[in-house]
Amino acid sequence: MTDPILALLLYQLADDELVIGHRDSEWLGLAPHIEEDIAFGSIAQDEVGHATAFYRLLSDLGLGVADDLAFLRGAAERRNAVLLERPNGAGTYLQDPAFDWGYTVARRLAYDLFDAIRLECIASGCSYQPLAQLAGKIRREERYHLLHHVTWFKRLAEGTEESRRRLVAGIEQTFLDAGGLFVMTPSDYFPTTSAALLERWTAELRPQFDAVGLPWPLVMPAPALDGRAGQHTADLSALLETMGEVYRTAPGAAW
Amino acid sequence: MTGAAVWAALADVKDPEIPPVSVVDMGMVGRVIVGEGRVTVEMMPTFVGCPALEIIRRNVVDRLLLVDGVTDVEVRFVFDPPWTSERVTPEGRERLRSFGIAPPVGAGGGCGLGAGPGAGPGLLLSLAEVPPCPFCGSGDTHMENLFGPTACRAIYYCDGCKQPFEAMKTV
Repeated sequence: MTDPILALLLYQLADDELVIGHRDSEWLGLAPHIEEDIAFGSIAQDEVGHATAFYRLLSDLGLGVADDLAFLRGAAERRNAVLLERPNGAGTYLQDPAFDWGYTVARRLAYDLFDAIRLECIASGCSYQPLAQLAGKIRREERYHLLHHVTWFKRLAEGTEESRRRLVAGIEQTFLDAGGLFVMTPSDYFPTTSAALLERWTAELRPQFDAVGLPWPLVMPAPALDGRAGQHTADLSALLETMGEVYRTAPGAAW
Repeated sequence: MTGAAVWAALADVKDPEIPPVSVVDMGMVGRVIVGEGRVTVEMMPTFVGCPALEIIRRNVVDRLLLVDGVTDVEVRFVFDPPWTSERVTPEGRERLRSFGIAPPVGAGGGCGLGAGPGAGPGLLLSLAEVPPCPFCGSGDTHMENLFGPTACRAIYYCDGCKQPFEAMKTV
């Protein structure tokens, strides 16, 4: 029987990547300029590809068909952090999108750094070799995402008064949910603690804030909803509805 | 059937997105296990989410079935060792350049954000080294976009011949 602790870790990884990848894809055609459309298209493709690989590991463990795990599970079964399911801003990509670039950059930076540290831990210490090997590969790709968002963070912080104001608002909003990222269970598969993760994350990120003269947000509240325990917002249900629509329309079709 | 015949056939299988470059040139082929009529090929994806992987799998199977004595082919994608851009062969680098894509530079090292002594590749990439222009050879180039038309490419600009070009990412 599959160790439920290992399955939970894989669901967290897969669901995190799939949900943020979907949010990234919603920027297509709406990003600040065409290079950014290309960047977010590429980042979304990377993240959905990573999610696919994690779902396949679940499938290899006998827990279902990878596509079903991605598209058919309900919101209460999802283990992604709530931060990643929040919409990019007001409206939808089809109707009156008023997406928030400052929030997107802040959220992305918070997540990419968390993910980099998480993957490093798994690649170097996970006792389940297929996952350790996959994490070792993925972390090489994720470094491009992290660098991209560090670059944007500096650009907005040192740009105009307005870009700085919007970034700060995005950071404040991000920090309301960021604590939910760190709700991870220590095990032989993930040999670290939430406290150690948060400490490392803070040690890496704070100097970035100092370098551009932004005050470090002193408060990171405990998450109101624990996404890792299946507690989610209505926004996730709407996202899943959209994402799985085609897959549910023709069950069994070969794509 | 010999291992050499299988490797020669693999050299005919091109990267679907970069036609002059074979999967062997790209360094994607790991172990090749030849049994009685059966060939198992371990391949390393360049990028985990590369949408060309299934096409590559099919093309490898189709090509190897043409080799005398081969009746059954299995392609297995593996992550150990991971594909890195250092695996591209010298021939592959030359063919990338001929196609207008600068081959990867550097060894994928990192700096900043956690790359302490002995920390291995850091969390943050170093982009200090820029690729020379594949068209005019000038070293006077700069990065335009970390991301490009496929997962494995970035976009640069040559300040020598004033042309944009693509470069294979260093991973």
